[in-house]
Amino acid sequence: MIESIKHFGLLLKKHQFLFEELVKRDFKKKYKRTILGMLWSLLSPMMQLLVMSIVFTNFFGRDKPHYTIYLFAGNLTYSFFRDSTYGGMNSLMANAGIITKINLPKYMFLLSKNVASLINFGLTLIIFLVFVAVDGVAFHFRMLLLLYPILWMIVFNIGCGFILSALFVLFKDVQYLYDIFTLMLMYLSAIFYYTADYPEHVQKLFYLNPLYVYITYIRAIVIDGYIPGLPTHFLCAFYALAALGVGALIYKKYNYKFLYYM
Amino acid sequence: MPKIELHDVSVSYVVGDFSTVGLKDVVIAKLQGKHIAKEFVAVKNVSFELEEGELLGIIGANGAGKSTLLKVISGIMRPTTGQMAVRGNIASLLELGTGFDGDLTVKENTFLRGAMLGYTREFMNQTYKSIIQFAELEEFEDRLFSHLSSGMKSRLAFSIACLVKPDILILDEVLSVGDGAFRKKSEEKMLEIIRGGATTLLVSHSLEQIRRMATKVLWLDRGNQVAFGETKEICDRYQDFLNGK
Repeated sequence: MIESIKHFGLLLKKHQFLFEELVKRDFKKKYKRTILGMLWSLLSPMMQLLVMSIVFTNFFGRDKPHYTIYLFAGNLTYSFFRDSTYGGMNSLMANAGIITKINLPKYMFLLSKNVASLINFGLTLIIFLVFVAVDGVAFHFRMLLLLYPILWMIVFNIGCGFILSALFVLFKDVQYLYDIFTLMLMYLSAIFYYTADYPEHVQKLFYLNPLYVYITYIRAIVIDGYIPGLPTHFLCAFYALAALGVGALIYKKYNYKFLYYM
Repeated sequence: MPKIELHDVSVSYVVGDFSTVGLKDVVIAKLQGKHIAKEFVAVKNVSFELEEGELLGIIGANGAGKSTLLKVISGIMRPTTGQMAVRGNIASLLELGTGFDGDLTVKENTFLRGAMLGYTREFMNQTYKSIIQFAELEEFEDRLFSHLSSGMKSRLAFSIACLVKPDILILDEVLSVGDGAFRKKSEEKMLEIIRGGATTLLVSHSLEQIRRMATKVLWLDRGNQVAFGETKEICDRYQDFLNGK
């Protein structure tokens, strides 16, 4: 394990220049050299939040404290996942012209795409923290633990990106199926409602959804000010490593076969 | 030790129209017991050895497996069976002009391509000026790549790729690029690399060019190795074969 991490580190170093150039490219393309481009990627989650809070506050948030923060935490996590995995899914096909001509490590394209999403997420996170302050939630040192679910989320998103990008090379309808999947996932992630309203055994089922686990962790730390138990910590890591493991295996197996399907 | 050794190398790959195949289609085909993908052997039992400084000309009709063979040697594809050894760093000029990004400027594309070819940032900083000069694109540095003409694009691609001193050079119909003047310049540059001792593989439909440059010739036909050997002998046989058609 340590050996393979070392090996990976060496590879990253060897391809550092490529990685930086790819990140630059993805970033520039994403924002198309306009100020509004960057602003838009922040405006869009804000608009979603606004609409959601207008619509749902009456239904779910009437007697709940910090309902806007509750919504925001869910939406923040979900948007990060969506943005990152959509980018990841396209990363191989979008670079087909390069992959079929030059022998390069294919995961570089996915990782660079993820950096762009991560920057976006970081900016939204800052706004989130502003909202938290404005909403009168007291800051405390426990909030540093936010890094824990975020780090695992990054790993989870990369892992899902691996899997999706491989599937997308093999099956071109995956993008439409994934649209449906993410929509269902959004409704199943308790972004705007409370799971406490469900019977206990149903509540447990929510933990099968990795996004729900990450969202719950963030809400617990920020809104309720308590550190989730060990099982939640374990689940955060487990889902991330499982996704990454499966993704890495697929890449390993299909590394030289992707070409045929591009 | 030979720079390139191939023993009984075969390459098969999966073909089919995958651009429209979806998960649903595959599931349905599986249920009906059909196969969407067909195995296709593009290169069959090819064997040859090349010493340092040799130039191998690869000839054959379209679909003979020439490009596939080059892809295997450059490491993009793997041989399905057989052994292969390639010693030294490879510069591969396969289908120039693809893989650039139209939304980026010429300068940005130059650095990106340099990074893909495995150059370092220092190297690119040092050689960027001479790349642009060689490509004669000084006035276009900050233009979007998509605004260049196709001749300019391949000039840039050629200039980035040929600045290394590779041990092995792989050329797929790219010995000459661009208009008259650049054509001459690019061929000279290639010859300079080849004379510098690089082992070269050249795919060309110009038999005259092969005769002039190659030290060995490999003739492929529908994936099969028809002949491998001295330039004059094989080229004469190939010429007779073409005339006999």
